[in-house]
Amino acid sequence: MVSAVMNGGGGHVGALRSFLKKVVQFVIVLATTLLGLVAVTFFIGRVVPIDPVIAIVGDRAPAHVYERTRQELGLDRPLIEQFVIYVKKAATGDFGNSVLTTNPVMTDIINVFPATLELATLGTIIGVIVGIPLGVLAAVKRGSLLDQFVRVLGLVGYSVPIFWLGLMGLLLFYAKLGWVAGPGRIDVTYSYLYTPVTGIVLLDTAMQGQWDAFWDAVSHVLLPACLLGYFSLAYISRMTRSFMLNELAQEYVIAARVKGLSEMRVIWRHALRNAAVPLITVIALSYANLLEGSVLTETVFAWPGLGQYITNSLQNADMNAVLGGTLVIGTVFVLLNLVSDLLYRLLDPRTR
Amino acid sequence: MKRLPKFLLSAAMVATMATSFSAVMAATPPDTLVQAWQSDDIISLDPAEVFEMNASEIIGNTYERLITYDIKDVSKISGQVAESWTVSPDGKTYTFKIKPNRKFASGNPITAEDVVYSLQRAVALDKSPAFILGQFGLTKDNMKDKIKQTGPLELTFEVDKPYAPTLVLYCLGNSVASIVDKKLLTQNEKDGDWGYNWLKTKYAGSGPYIMRDWKANEVLVLERNPNYEQKTPLARVIYRHIKETASQRLLLEKGDVDVARSLNPEEIAAVSKNPDITVQSAPKGTVYYLGLNQKNPNLAKPEVRQALKYLVDYQAIADTIMKSKGEVHQNFLPKGFLGAESNNPYKLDVAKAKELLAKAGLKDGFSVTMDTRSTAEITGVAQAMQATFAQAGIKLEILPMDSKQALTKYRARQHDIYIGNWGSDYQDPNSNADTFAANDDNSDNAKAKPLAWRNAWDPGPLTAKTRAAVMERDAEKRAQMYKELQKAVLDDGPFVIFLQQTEVAAVRKNVQNFVLGPSFSDNDVSQAKKN
Repeated sequence: MVSAVMNGGGGHVGALRSFLKKVVQFVIVLATTLLGLVAVTFFIGRVVPIDPVIAIVGDRAPAHVYERTRQELGLDRPLIEQFVIYVKKAATGDFGNSVLTTNPVMTDIINVFPATLELATLGTIIGVIVGIPLGVLAAVKRGSLLDQFVRVLGLVGYSVPIFWLGLMGLLLFYAKLGWVAGPGRIDVTYSYLYTPVTGIVLLDTAMQGQWDAFWDAVSHVLLPACLLGYFSLAYISRMTRSFMLNELAQEYVIAARVKGLSEMRVIWRHALRNAAVPLITVIALSYANLLEGSVLTETVFAWPGLGQYITNSLQNADMNAVLGGTLVIGTVFVLLNLVSDLLYRLLDPRTR
Repeated sequence: MKRLPKFLLSAAMVATMATSFSAVMAATPPDTLVQAWQSDDIISLDPAEVFEMNASEIIGNTYERLITYDIKDVSKISGQVAESWTVSPDGKTYTFKIKPNRKFASGNPITAEDVVYSLQRAVALDKSPAFILGQFGLTKDNMKDKIKQTGPLELTFEVDKPYAPTLVLYCLGNSVASIVDKKLLTQNEKDGDWGYNWLKTKYAGSGPYIMRDWKANEVLVLERNPNYEQKTPLARVIYRHIKETASQRLLLEKGDVDVARSLNPEEIAAVSKNPDITVQSAPKGTVYYLGLNQKNPNLAKPEVRQALKYLVDYQAIADTIMKSKGEVHQNFLPKGFLGAESNNPYKLDVAKAKELLAKAGLKDGFSVTMDTRSTAEITGVAQAMQATFAQAGIKLEILPMDSKQALTKYRARQHDIYIGNWGSDYQDPNSNADTFAANDDNSDNAKAKPLAWRNAWDPGPLTAKTRAAVMERDAEKRAQMYKELQKAVLDDGPFVIFLQQTEVAAVRKNVQNFVLGPSFSDNDVSQAKKN
C-alpha cells in the first residue's frame, strides 16, 4: 500500500519534471523564434525599397522636413545600430509608434487583437463542432455518398478563395436575403451604447446588458465566423477522417468489436479518443491559421482586427506596426504549439 | 407542460433576434449621414500637419480659415473668419479685420490673438504643408515680426515680396492656415509642442462640425458644433472606413450607408441604374500624367517625348478604364484655375509617332519600363498604353509595385517612366507651375525637388518665367503668362498629361446638399440633409 503510493507519487514527480522541462524548452524556443523573427522582419523591412519617411511626411514635403524626420526615426544611423536599438526597445514591449495611428504599436495591437480573437475563436468552434462529427462519419461510412460529400466540401474549402466566398456570402445573405448585417463589427447606431472593456464586442455588450447592441454584433459576426468556420472545418474534417480511418484499422478496434461493444461505443469512445490526440495539434494549427490568416476576411467584412491592421500598415510602409504585428503572430503561433504539445502529453501517456 | 417555459424562452429569443435583425436592416438614423470611404491615409487631424485628401476634407468641415472661396467659382474670394482685409501699397503687408462675436466650439471667443497663434504655430511646427506659408519668407525666427496682432480683432501678415495677392489669399484659405483655439491648445501643450501631440487626434476649431471621435481605419465621427453661426441640418456625420469597394456598394444599396465614396467605374455604372441612388461628380484639381525621366537617353530626346504624347489613346482611356473618374486633359493646370488651358492637341497618331521616332534615330522603337502603383485603375491605364506604345515598336515593360515603393523610386530619380497623379496644394496656378515648369537646381542633391526635378528636367527659361508669374499683380497678364508656360510644357516637357480627375460619390436619393468641391478640402457636408 505504502509503496504503491510512493510509486504513484514518483510518477507525478516525473510528470512534473517532464512538464517543467517542456516549459523551459518552450521559453528557449520562444526567445529564439522571436529573435529570429525580429531579425528577419527587421532586415526585410529595411531592405525593401520603400521609404518609411514618405509614409510620415507625405509625397510633397520639402527636403528639410524630410531630412529632419529621417533623423528623428534614426534612419540615418548604421543598420546594425538601428537593429540593436530596436531589439532593446522591443524586449521591453516598446515597438515604437505607428505612423498611421500615431499610437504606440503595442496599444494598437491590444486594441485590434480582440476583434481577430473573437472572429477566429468563433470560426474554430464552428470548425470543431461541425468538422469532427463530419470527419468521423465520413470515415465510418467510407466510400458512401456522405464520405464523398465531406471530401468535396473539404476540397472546395481549400481551393476557393476566401475573398470571393466572402463577397458571395455578403451578396446572398446580406444583400439579397437580408438575414445578417453587412460589413463592420457593429452598427454605428449601437457602437456608442456600450463601453469597450474586453474589446470583444459580444462579451462587452452582453455584460453591460445592451441586448440590442449584442444582437446587432451577433448579426455582424455570423457570416464572417461561418466563413472562417467553413475553412477550419474543411481542414479539421479531412484530418479527422484520415485519423479515424487509421484508428478503425487498428487491432484494438477489432478486439472491441469482438468483445461485443456497440458500434457507437467503439467509434466515439475508443477510436475517436485515440484519434483526438493528433487532432489537437490540427485544431491548434487551424486556430493559429485563422488568427493570422483572416486578413482577406477582415478586408471584405471591414473587420477592424489584426489582419486588417497589418495589411494597412504594409500598404502604408508603417514598418513599426508591421514588425510589431508579425511578432505578435509569431508569439501566438509558438504559444499555441506549446499548448497543443502539452495537451498531447496529457492525453497520450506514451509521449511523456 | 414542463417543456413550455423552455419553448417560450427560445421562441422569445428567436423573436428578439428577428426583430433586432430587421432593425439592423433599417436605414441609417435620420439625423446622421453615414459615409463609406477608404480612409487609411489619415495620419493626423492637426490642421498644421494634414496634407492628405481624406483628412483635408475633415479639416474643411471642422475648421475655419481667414479666407474662403466660392466652390462654384473659385475666383470669388471672401472672408470666413476675416470680415475684411486690405493690402498695403507696396503689396507686402496684409491687414485683416476679424468678425466680431464669433466663438470656437469650446465656447472661447475667436480673436486676432487666435489667428496670429494659428499661423505662427503652423510655421513653427514646420510639418509637410508648412511650406504653403513658408514660401512667403516666413520662418520660425521671423514669424513674430511678420505675423502681428494689431488690435483685439485686427492683425497684419507680412510677406517678403509683392506676390500676386490672390496667391497669398488662396494660401491663407488652405487647411494649413486653419484657425485653432489658442486657449484650448495652450492647456494641452506639453514641452513647448504647441499642443501638437494632443491635436493630432483631438479637436480645437470653430467649423460647422466638431471632430468627436476618430478610430484609425475604423470610424470617424463628426458632430454638430452648437456654437457655429449657422446650425447644420444634420446632427452627425459618420465616415466608416470600408476598404473593399464591393462592400461599399452592398452597404449603399442596402441603405446601411448614405454615401459611398470609393466605387470603381463598373460599380458606379451599376449603382447609377438603381433608382434610389444618384451619382454625383466634380472635377478635381488633380491631373494624371506620365513622368519621363530625362536621365534615360532615349526619353531625353525631344522627338521621343513628342512621340509618346502621340501614343496615348486619351479618349479611350477616359471612356473605358477611367470612365466617370476623369476627363481628357493635357495641360498642367487643371480646369478651374486662373489661366488654365483646355486645348487637348494630342490624339493617338501612330504614323506621326513613328515619324518622330525615326527622326530621333529610333526607327525600330526601344525598350522602356514604367513604374506603376498596383491599383486596378492605374494598372489598366498602363496596360492600355503598353498596347498603343507597341504599335510604334516601343516595348513597354510594366513594373507593378506598392505605391510607397513606386514613390521612393520616383523621388530618387531611378525610374524610366512613372505613372501618377498630382493634386494642387492650393487653388492658385503657382502650385502646379512651381512643380511642373520650374526647377532651380537639377543636380542630384538639390534642395527643392519639384516634379521637373524628379524627372531630371531642366526647364531652362521657364523657371524664371514661373517665378515672374507669381509676382504679376495684374490677373489678366498673369493668366497669359501661365498659358505660355503650359504651352511650353505641353510641347516639350517630359510629362504626358492625360486626364483631369473627377471625384465621384454615389449618394442615396434621400440625401440632399452633399457637395463635392473643386479640392478635397472643399467636399462639404455642412449643409447636407436627409428627407
